Amino acid sequence: MKLLLKIALRNILRNRRRSLMTGSAVAAGALATLLFGGFAAYIFAGLETNNVQRIGHLTVFRAGYFLFGAGNPAAYGIDKYRDVMALIGNDPVLRPMINVMTPTQSMLGIAGNFSGENDASKTFIGVGLIPSDRDRMRRWDEFGTGATSAPDPRLSDKDETRGLIGFGLARILGLCGSLGLKGCPSIPTAAVASDKAPSAPNESLSELARRDAGATNGASMAPHIELLAATAGGAPNVVSLTVGGAEPQGVKELDDNYIAMPVALAQQLVYGRGEHKVTGIVLQLHRSEDMPAARARLATLFRANHLDLDVRDFGELTPFYGQAKRLFSAIFLFIALVMGVIVLFAVVNTMTMNVMERTNEIGTVRAMGVRRGGIRSQFIAEGFLIGAIGATAGGALAFLIAALVNHNGFTWVPPGNANPVPLHVAVSSSPLLVIAAWMGLVLIATIAALVPANNAARLSVVDALRHV
Amino acid sequence: MAQALARALAPNPASPVVRLKQVARTYRLGTIAVPALQDVSLEIPYHRFSMLIGASGSGKTTLLNLIGCIDAPTRGTLEVCGQNIAALDDDGTATFRARNIGFIFQNFSLVPVLSAYENVEYPLLLIGTSAAERRERTLAMLHAVGLTDQAAQRPNELSGGQKQRVAIARALVKGPQVVLADEPTANLDTATGASIIELMRRVQAESRTTFIFATHDPQLISHADELFLIRDGKIVEHRTETHR
Repeated sequence: MKLLLKIALRNILRNRRRSLMTGSAVAAGALATLLFGGFAAYIFAGLETNNVQRIGHLTVFRAGYFLFGAGNPAAYGIDKYRDVMALIGNDPVLRPMINVMTPTQSMLGIAGNFSGENDASKTFIGVGLIPSDRDRMRRWDEFGTGATSAPDPRLSDKDETRGLIGFGLARILGLCGSLGLKGCPSIPTAAVASDKAPSAPNESLSELARRDAGATNGASMAPHIELLAATAGGAPNVVSLTVGGAEPQGVKELDDNYIAMPVALAQQLVYGRGEHKVTGIVLQLHRSEDMPAARARLATLFRANHLDLDVRDFGELTPFYGQAKRLFSAIFLFIALVMGVIVLFAVVNTMTMNVMERTNEIGTVRAMGVRRGGIRSQFIAEGFLIGAIGATAGGALAFLIAALVNHNGFTWVPPGNANPVPLHVAVSSSPLLVIAAWMGLVLIATIAALVPANNAARLSVVDALRHV
Repeated sequence: MAQALARALAPNPASPVVRLKQVARTYRLGTIAVPALQDVSLEIPYHRFSMLIGASGSGKTTLLNLIGCIDAPTRGTLEVCGQNIAALDDDGTATFRARNIGFIFQNFSLVPVLSAYENVEYPLLLIGTSAAERRERTLAMLHAVGLTDQAAQRPNELSGGQKQRVAIARALVKGPQVVLADEPTANLDTATGASIIELMRRVQAESRTTFIFATHDPQLISHADELFLIRDGKIVEHRTETHR
């Protein structure tokens, strides 16, 4: 084996230029595969981190909510949700897995801004949450993407009337100026003045909301909007929301409709004076790999306690995650296939030329007593070595380029995101990818050498010796 | 060195080292059958410097290829070192060659990526000789052919004569029963060729290996113990020389 590898290595060095070209093809394959693979791995980690920070790993819903709840969230509230949370939180299997457990209330309604000269209203998609839990969830970063957020001072557990709205909704409701938003145009004056007549009902809604909210809001300098929604009983209800700020949502449809508010305010809007429920209980785990086990345990727990609850993971709740993952996986597979084919042909070509050039040498060593298998092994070893050297060089280059990119502070805005995030190529943190790419390329190079090696082994000794 | 080489030799001098009975070898060129050897029968005794002499195309190389077990006769029986070669499969024949036959080629045919030392050592690796013995025999063989100082040099750093010396050392290092030399001086100048013949004669005498030497040069006849004159694929004359 030592002799085999020694001769193989020296033969590779003997045709330096040819070996360099072939090795470069393998290295390019490794480079492309690892850099794109590393980038894709970072995208996956980033998407997962973003989703888990927003909606946790698992969400417990009342059965049927996932399929039908969007049309009437109020009708799918979880009864005695605090008892359910206690049941989950006290479970010895689930407790060590859970990082954050928090209730959430979804709703649909109409938001209006009737202050001053404004007279704008817009349907909204609202979510009620606990601000401190939201802050804790946004610190989750299992994969070390660095995309974490500091606690958001615009929301507080102590102020149950303050919320955030989408950047687009702020624009539509004419809050750009009062929120001091850059790049957010105000509503044209003509549009504000032209439709003054129907303002009377809106003033009534405003008054209703002010009465409900009490005196505290009157002192606030922050703008406020009125939220109208149907309660679980079907009656209209109105609350006033102090707009603490606007944050872009990445997707226009959501940006133009999004409102986040404390869960207590959301419950007040949806359930009024009735029993306050929630539409979901969000579970953020310490580690994503615990998700299947946690989900299975929750199902067992709910069955045992006769609870008509359903559990969904973030992949089901955000189809975009799965679509993006599949898209990047397909592109990665395509790149890997193309590079694999290039490597295959490059090695076949090189090894075929090697066999032709060394035909006399093959005849000599065969005459000396080397078996056909020995000749075959010799050329396969050369293919293997070219693959190994090229893949190692390409891998090293990929590590270098990834390190340069990662330390240069590049940022980008991933699809579905509103804010730029650090651009990373996760090569060093993807050992499986590195091993798989290296082994794959070496295997292709070795397999590529098989055909020329077999041809060499089948040569007649006499014919090979006659070859000039 | 001679003792070291002789250890590997266990011939039965009573029988010939090579025996051909009615051997024929026909090549096909398209639809045409070209007889290279026709009904050749001969016996070559052990420990002799035998010479096949004939013009180009007379069948010398074909006969050497058959004796060297790198080609098979179309017809007839071939025995080398008492072994019926037809009874061996491809791997068996390769192993037989590795153990019993050494080759010296006209164009030297050294492995270009190996040094002189490694080229000489190569046949010993094929027969599984221990590292210590490999080193001892390789160095002894290089010393015997006068290339101790060139041991680390690659073939492209050696002259034609030096390359052929390496080839001789490589053929002899494993202590084969038979060494086949096909026009080993054809690519060398007269003086170098003469020195190579002298060297082969000397190491043959020391190792008592059977040498079978093919040439078209009548001037080399004086070196032969056994002389086979070959013409048009047939042995037309066999002489045993008594000059030694």
